[in-house]
Amino acid sequence: MAKLNTPVGPRDHIIGKTSAPITLVEYGDYQCSHCGHAYPLIKKLLKQYNNELLFVFRNFPLQESHPDAMAAAEAAEAAALQNKFWEMHDLLYEHQDELDENNLMYFAETLNLNIDKFENDCNSSGVTSKIESDFESGIRSGVNGTPTFFINDKRLDSYDATYESLADAVMNAE
Amino acid sequence: MILQKGTPAPDFELNSTPDQKLKLSDLKGQRIILAFYPADWSPVCSDQMGLYNETLSFFRKYNAQILGISVDSKWCHLAFSKHRNLHFPLLADFEPKGKVSKEYGAYNEKEGTSLRALFVLDENGIIQWSYLSPEGINPGADGILDALEELNKEKNK
Repeated sequence: MAKLNTPVGPRDHIIGKTSAPITLVEYGDYQCSHCGHAYPLIKKLLKQYNNELLFVFRNFPLQESHPDAMAAAEAAEAAALQNKFWEMHDLLYEHQDELDENNLMYFAETLNLNIDKFENDCNSSGVTSKIESDFESGIRSGVNGTPTFFINDKRLDSYDATYESLADAVMNAE
Repeated sequence: MILQKGTPAPDFELNSTPDQKLKLSDLKGQRIILAFYPADWSPVCSDQMGLYNETLSFFRKYNAQILGISVDSKWCHLAFSKHRNLHFPLLADFEPKGKVSKEYGAYNEKEGTSLRALFVLDENGIIQWSYLSPEGINPGADGILDALEELNKEKNK
């Protein structure tokens, strides 16, 4: 059974309390349609289990299959440096088919980001290294495609693209 | 059963492109990852090869080169590889069909395809790790990287 190799830490983007009994980690790619499918399911899950669940998103851009995935991940990480990670994350998943460079700038404007800083940060080594370290932690943890979920450090192999499979896994989490 | 740790990897020479052949023993001095898989184009295999395509830089860090192997023909491999932008060789175990897969114990007689099996070979062509993945499951790259890390540890002892 594959296990999360890198524990949740201060560099991670989280929703929920760190004291929550259940941690759900997603390795995702902004251009991956299966991740786009999972996006509203996670939203629903967070609503349903808001006190029990800590949600973590880590980058796993499959650049050869998804040419815009890396730039989108950079946009989210750059937005994070202006405390707007989740806002950007949501915009990206809600506009998965429109992730070209112009639109990423438009999203940044929509979120009232400092555009000069955003542009610089998108191309910074800090942002790149954050994405690469997410990717490497995923590879070492047995991520074999996107999305891959981990519940309390164990890879969730029962996810079948339904809300029920996620909810069951949360309810039965040890 | 697939070949196990400690076994010298059987040598082979297979087409890597329509006009080029690749001989395993020519690659001595490098670590080799052999990824046998059932079929080009099938969903799980595509995901698996796509994943390895993204992890080549990690394999390189360990002086390892990955080779994909299936019974598909060299022309099929060429089309699949182009379509997925793959940056590593796919070898055609095509004639006699499945001969190399059989030598590694990685052949499914009923389906007439390679099994989904992974082998990590050291610099001397000795199998140091092997893994047979359940049908329909993409084994990912973590087992390969753990095996390569183990090789580094032993070397530094």
